[in-house]
Amino acid sequence: MSATRTADDVHGDIHRDVHGDIHGDVHVDAVELDPELVGAGGADADHDVAQYAQWLGDDALVLAQRLGAWISRAPELEEDIALGNIALDLVGQARSLLHHAGTADGRSEDDLAYFRDETEFRSSWLVEQPNGDFAATIARQLVASTYMHELYARLQHASEPTLAAIAAKAVLEVAYHRDHAVQWTLRLGDGTDESRRRMVAGLDAVWPYVDELFADTPLIDRLGDRAVRPSTLREPVLAALRDVLRQAGLAEPDLPPAPCGGRAGRHSEYLGYILAEMQVLARQHPGASW
Amino acid sequence: MTTPGYSEKESWPLWEVFVRAGRGLSHVHVGSLHAPDATLAVRNARDLYTRRREGLSIWVVPAAAVTTSDPDARDEWFESPAGKNYRHAVYYTHAEGVRHL
Repeated sequence: MSATRTADDVHGDIHRDVHGDIHGDVHVDAVELDPELVGAGGADADHDVAQYAQWLGDDALVLAQRLGAWISRAPELEEDIALGNIALDLVGQARSLLHHAGTADGRSEDDLAYFRDETEFRSSWLVEQPNGDFAATIARQLVASTYMHELYARLQHASEPTLAAIAAKAVLEVAYHRDHAVQWTLRLGDGTDESRRRMVAGLDAVWPYVDELFADTPLIDRLGDRAVRPSTLREPVLAALRDVLRQAGLAEPDLPPAPCGGRAGRHSEYLGYILAEMQVLARQHPGASW
Repeated sequence: MTTPGYSEKESWPLWEVFVRAGRGLSHVHVGSLHAPDATLAVRNARDLYTRRREGLSIWVVPAAAVTTSDPDARDEWFESPAGKNYRHAVYYTHAEGVRHL
């Protein structure tokens, strides 16, 4: 999204028409997908594919917004950069997915990111969960990246060519995100009493939201082999998570699933605040580029 | 190396980072970073120094394991060879009577 372009662009001006009122007549630069991102110039999505792309794009976008909040707050400078890089990868995935979703009805990636309300977002409750401390973020990141890695590893073989191409690029990125989360889970879980206590608390906080990731809907039935059936991810994702937890000396939390409704647009109390912060600039200056 | 969080004023150890840019090239020192252990140092190095496809492989070395020349002794150590032609083999002429040198 244009708000997250390179640092060189961040300090650019909001382009104002010299003849217009200072508060109005903001130039609308056509928002185009950077050529390096998959999906630029790709085929149009149909309505079902667009909905599915929004599931995945919104997951990536909301998680990126959460991780971006760590920049300048991480325990060490190196972790600032690691979490920031992961967030940037996710923004890239969100751009490709939302761009593809938008081709179904002529909306841009920015329209979808900045001008949809809370009930129109399709992100899972997992990615909305608060950052908490570093261990809580790592717990959320471990679950999210393990799920995304399994998902994209399969989606790259889907029959929908743009989704497959986006997944083929994303799977390499989330493999690294997962490695980062695994490394920290091992160190926090098998570290000091305090780090272990925090890691357990972090896992307990996110575990009720794992189940939602594996819920099938009528949309999935209609998509068939153009998408990945979420329920098929349950066993491999949980097996991978259990393996990491075992290595870290941690027990799998024994907690019932929370009633989530992210894919249907029903969200936890947290998403509204995330969107308010993410969307405020775009909504105050519609059409601005920066 | 202490466990992170073990001491009250914790500071991760320093690592020197070497990146090999391509096949047939050697690893080149690109900078340094802090990390709690070697495994995470390689990952931090990947984030800090190879985000734009710079490298094929990364080495990290504990900065404490690198022994360096004394920067203050630079003048004595690295004095210009100018005026020291006798250091070069061509300075010496053949000794008389040596036929096959």
